[in-house]
Amino acid sequence: MTVWPKWDAAVARDLVVPHSNIPGGLLPALHGMQEHFGCVAQGAIDLAADVFNLSRAEVYGVVNFYDDFRKTPPEMPVLKICMAEACQAVGAEGLKRHAVDLAGGRMEIEDVFCLGNCACGPSVMAGSSVYGRVSPERLDTLVGLLEGGGE
Amino acid sequence: MTNAVPLYVARETAARSVGVEEVLQRILEVGKERGISFDVIRTGGRGLHWAEPLVEVGAARIAYGPLEVTDVEGLFDAEFARGGDHATRLGSLNDHAWLKGQTRLVFERMGLGCATDLEAFRSLGGFGGWERACDLGPDEVLDELDASNLRGRGGAGFPAAIKWRTVKEAQADEKFIVCNADEGDAGTFSDRLLMEGDPFCLIEGMMIAARVVGAARGYIYLRSEYPLAKEILSEALEAVRQDGLLGPHFDIELRIGAGSYVCGEETAMLESLEGKRGEVRAKPPLPAHAGLFGKPTLVNNVITLASIPWIVARGGKAWAEFGHGRSRGTLPVQLGGNVKRGGLVEVPFGMTLRELVYDFGGGTLSGRPVRAIQIGGPLGTFLPENALDVPLDYEALAELGGSVGHGGVIVFDDTVDMARQARFAFDFCARESCGKCTPCRIGSVRGVEVMDKIIAGDDVNENIALIEDLCETMKEGSLCAMGGLTPQPVLAALKDFPKDFHGGFGS
Repeated sequence: MTVWPKWDAAVARDLVVPHSNIPGGLLPALHGMQEHFGCVAQGAIDLAADVFNLSRAEVYGVVNFYDDFRKTPPEMPVLKICMAEACQAVGAEGLKRHAVDLAGGRMEIEDVFCLGNCACGPSVMAGSSVYGRVSPERLDTLVGLLEGGGE
Repeated sequence: MTNAVPLYVARETAARSVGVEEVLQRILEVGKERGISFDVIRTGGRGLHWAEPLVEVGAARIAYGPLEVTDVEGLFDAEFARGGDHATRLGSLNDHAWLKGQTRLVFERMGLGCATDLEAFRSLGGFGGWERACDLGPDEVLDELDASNLRGRGGAGFPAAIKWRTVKEAQADEKFIVCNADEGDAGTFSDRLLMEGDPFCLIEGMMIAARVVGAARGYIYLRSEYPLAKEILSEALEAVRQDGLLGPHFDIELRIGAGSYVCGEETAMLESLEGKRGEVRAKPPLPAHAGLFGKPTLVNNVITLASIPWIVARGGKAWAEFGHGRSRGTLPVQLGGNVKRGGLVEVPFGMTLRELVYDFGGGTLSGRPVRAIQIGGPLGTFLPENALDVPLDYEALAELGGSVGHGGVIVFDDTVDMARQARFAFDFCARESCGKCTPCRIGSVRGVEVMDKIIAGDDVNENIALIEDLCETMKEGSLCAMGGLTPQPVLAALKDFPKDFHGGFGS
């Protein structure tokens, strides 16, 4: 399980400033902060507003629009389960129930809509890895692996 | 490395998702024990997702798959490095019926060589389109595009030549090319497969587009759910920069989305590229006149742009010889869901859905009867099994109230409850609506509520009338296709599977 660094305005500024000169650089800047700190919290919003010369409300509006940006870093391993139609056709709903029963309190279980692995469903994603043909048994193994700190 | 045996293994998300890395690792371990060394070539995925994890061995590229780590010892016992017989042996893929039955034009190089090796790309005919585009003038390239009748593969099917010409003729100090790689439709993965497996082909298409319309800057807007495509595209862009074909005269920036489906809509995507909320813009103005940062912008989908090199190299006429009616060329169909042999099937327009689902797909994975298919993603339509004789064709599908969309075909067996699918269509729209227009933002939420009543059996007939009315409002009143086409799958489910809405599912 990743330990996310505490907010550090100086570090964050170094992450944000390089994007301030490219047109439309706000999203890459937000991605940069989230990759480092695990989230885009209030400090990050204030900083981005300052660097990009936007109001805090404008930056908040952007952060709030996109599902990827989190307000707090994940405290548990995150397991994204694809709930789109192709995975539904091969039992994604049952898999999600199984995941919640198995690891509900110990992992963040999120819905995701299409991982582009539609011929090998049901699919789940952890970190940057996609897993296909995830049977309940395979999910058990995967959850064990994630909790062991692997990925 | 003279004695090393060539081993072709895909570096691709689907192959990885089912363990190709582990299989490869095991092959190398056992090879070491047994004194056999391999020259590993990381190719794109050939699209046989049903056969992954898959490896191809030796100069003859004999394929084995689907493999498990526990199969590896047995492969060596069977002398697979010499093409020996094994339960998983598929033979040479070029001779395999599943590939032989396809017409691979856009995906012609897919899986043949290392995806990020520029020399391999060139040796397989890469940059042939670019070179011819340089010999021809922009107008001649547009003539080829005209002759090809290529229509945008992102979903709307708009003639590419018209869009290109509009941007070319627009007067401005600056123009942009934007590649829409926000492939969010459920059941689609052709963009991902192409970007991971033949990224130079997309880059070549963008280079040609930029030359024709006069743009000095391009963007690829890639969805964040595709981290491997990001990695591979970054490597490929860097390789082309090193080669000098990308540089100050024209460069491409890779931008990553942030988990919003509606950003696949072109104007929402432009907003997102500008660093804003991904809310759709009212049209006009068209992006071709006033797009990114208010400048004329050519927005095309990955497959559209990746079709360009073939068309320019071989000529638009050659492309148009494939196809059916007003739908010319090929379509990379993505077979997914509950299907036995899913993957990428590039075929000329005109093939029936039945051929795709049964001849290529082999029917359902579960072995149960096919009940419905979804074509064209969440904004496409559902078709019942008895409608599968419809040819793959923009107009033929439009007649049924559907669309080709991005070419995703999702198969459902007879356990699917179509009332629940209709509910899901609204639910998905409610989650992903950008919120700018009321019919979509509010209508989708009301749709879920009314569907819940129908599923619970409350005043079913009245509520179905309400759903139909709501669908009409969303269709006519929404700003973009998100709200405007969400009713499509709902109405299709209502029309062809009425029983499911009357508590009849499973009875």
